[in-house]
Amino acid sequence: MMTAATPTAERRVNRVEAYVEPAAAAPHGRVWEASKGVLIAILAFVYMVPVIVLILTSFKTQVQVMSKTPTWIFMPTLMNYHTVLMEQGFLRYMTNSLIVGLVSTLFTLVVGGCASYALVRFNFMGKGAISLGTLLLRMIPPAVLVVPIYVLWTFFGLSDTLVGLIIIYVGLNLPFTIWVLISFISDIPLELEEAAVVDGCGPWRIFFRIILPLIKPGLAAAAIFTFRISWNEFILALVLTNRMTRTLPVATTIYLTDTGIEWGNITAMGTLVALPAIIFTFLAAKQLISGLTAGAIKG
Amino acid sequence: MGQQRLFRGVTPYLFVAPAAGILVFTCLYPVIKGFELSFYDWSLGTPITSRKYVGWENFVWAWQDPALFNSIKVTLIFTACSVLAELFLGLAIAFMLEKGIRGIAVFRTIFIIPIMIAPVVVGLLWRYLFDVNFGLINYLVQLAGFEPKIWLGTPGLAMPAVIVTDIWQWTPFMFILFLAGLQSLPKDPVEAAEVDGASGWQVIRLVKLPLLAPVIWVAVILRIIDAFRSLEVMFIMTFGGPGRETEVLSLNIYKTAFMSQRLGLAAVNAVFLLAFILVLSVAFLTIARPALSKR
Repeated sequence: MMTAATPTAERRVNRVEAYVEPAAAAPHGRVWEASKGVLIAILAFVYMVPVIVLILTSFKTQVQVMSKTPTWIFMPTLMNYHTVLMEQGFLRYMTNSLIVGLVSTLFTLVVGGCASYALVRFNFMGKGAISLGTLLLRMIPPAVLVVPIYVLWTFFGLSDTLVGLIIIYVGLNLPFTIWVLISFISDIPLELEEAAVVDGCGPWRIFFRIILPLIKPGLAAAAIFTFRISWNEFILALVLTNRMTRTLPVATTIYLTDTGIEWGNITAMGTLVALPAIIFTFLAAKQLISGLTAGAIKG
Repeated sequence: MGQQRLFRGVTPYLFVAPAAGILVFTCLYPVIKGFELSFYDWSLGTPITSRKYVGWENFVWAWQDPALFNSIKVTLIFTACSVLAELFLGLAIAFMLEKGIRGIAVFRTIFIIPIMIAPVVVGLLWRYLFDVNFGLINYLVQLAGFEPKIWLGTPGLAMPAVIVTDIWQWTPFMFILFLAGLQSLPKDPVEAAEVDGASGWQVIRLVKLPLLAPVIWVAVILRIIDAFRSLEVMFIMTFGGPGRETEVLSLNIYKTAFMSQRLGLAAVNAVFLLAFILVLSVAFLTIARPALSKR
């Protein structure tokens, strides 16, 4: 591909020079600033309201949910949460989701960390193919995998087990994790490792004692994204689990019928499913943004 | 590079082996298996021995299947409308927030919540908002003096509802990428243009947008790929309905395999989806990444 910077830069200079007349009415007045503030406030409102509706509804009685005019101020009730948590199996589904999320995150980080270290620091045969393959695998839609995975997992006795779900989630998350960690490991100065080699450290010791502690921010970002995928994933969990191994997103959809939806209960479940994500978002917004932009801004 | 000389031989492979093994087992092998499946006639729930080799018959059937073409059309319409709207909204918001305003950190936190929460929750939340009787949207429609609508059950309304949901969920992704891109732009060209008397709009159109082009490409292609993958929101809001109006390719695959129980045909549809994704991925690799790395 051509270099993006040079031609654009030239074009830009030419075009700017072509404008000899002074700029028209400057939009950067006080009115502009004020309307900008109003627009942003409206946007924030549009983004807050649905989430607030979800959480508020989960604390409403059935009568309040059914009312034609939405109520914003009311006496909150925990009845929906009580119903949902007492519901048969719900606590089990929650435990399943936690186990699958945590175990798959841990495995993804260790396995992905090793692979990214090798891809950054070592030269070996097939390195290019592995990097490229990882990038392509990141794009595969779960819907492409759902049929063959269902067939294979049934064949291997992995379907309806948590282990089966964990294995596929590690696989789904590895490409992104490797992508993020590579950029963090590349930033570590090589001298550190060279000094460790002089001191007689082997590659594994270097990796676990020097590299891993240094890329903690990268690991944190990757961990949140991995946990989020494993916790949120729906379609594979839907076909790979049964009554015992179901995860929360799958359990939630079971209560969505065509008619007579108990919105109080559903929104309570939805709030519980969304809770980790909301907590992570407020705790680590910065890391999340660096994770979202990884690979797109840095290249 | 003393280190590389020391750790030659088998060590690099040991580092890569676990990841490579898992990726082959969970992604590559299933994809190959999917190709193989597409040549068989096999009903869900029957033993593997009962499957029948039918050659290209599934492909021939799929080629004449209006449901497959419909779902491809639906996927393209959904993707085009959502991604275009997200692109323009994302650019507009990024330019508004670029200079930085008070409380920007809070706004950014609010905006990434839709990306972080489960698509299942996004789906049920918007199904509730679009609900005929209890939804906030019909309440607002009635306040404005219009008749309430059966948003998710009326042809012509369900698709826009699903698109609005996607725009709500993913515009923040665009604007976060654009904002990060804008903040990493070189300062000199912008200042030079301002000294030359370019207006704010001219600076944006003639200086910033061309410089931002690589980031825009990356964001758009990543979003297109994601839109092709999305399925949960339609699964929950409409389950593809009314009729097949919102049945995207991913949902079609699920329904063919687990409702119609035709695994071979579902595998063929998956091959079509994979082909689209492959083209998009190659576009991503050849257009977006080189442009970025040379920046």
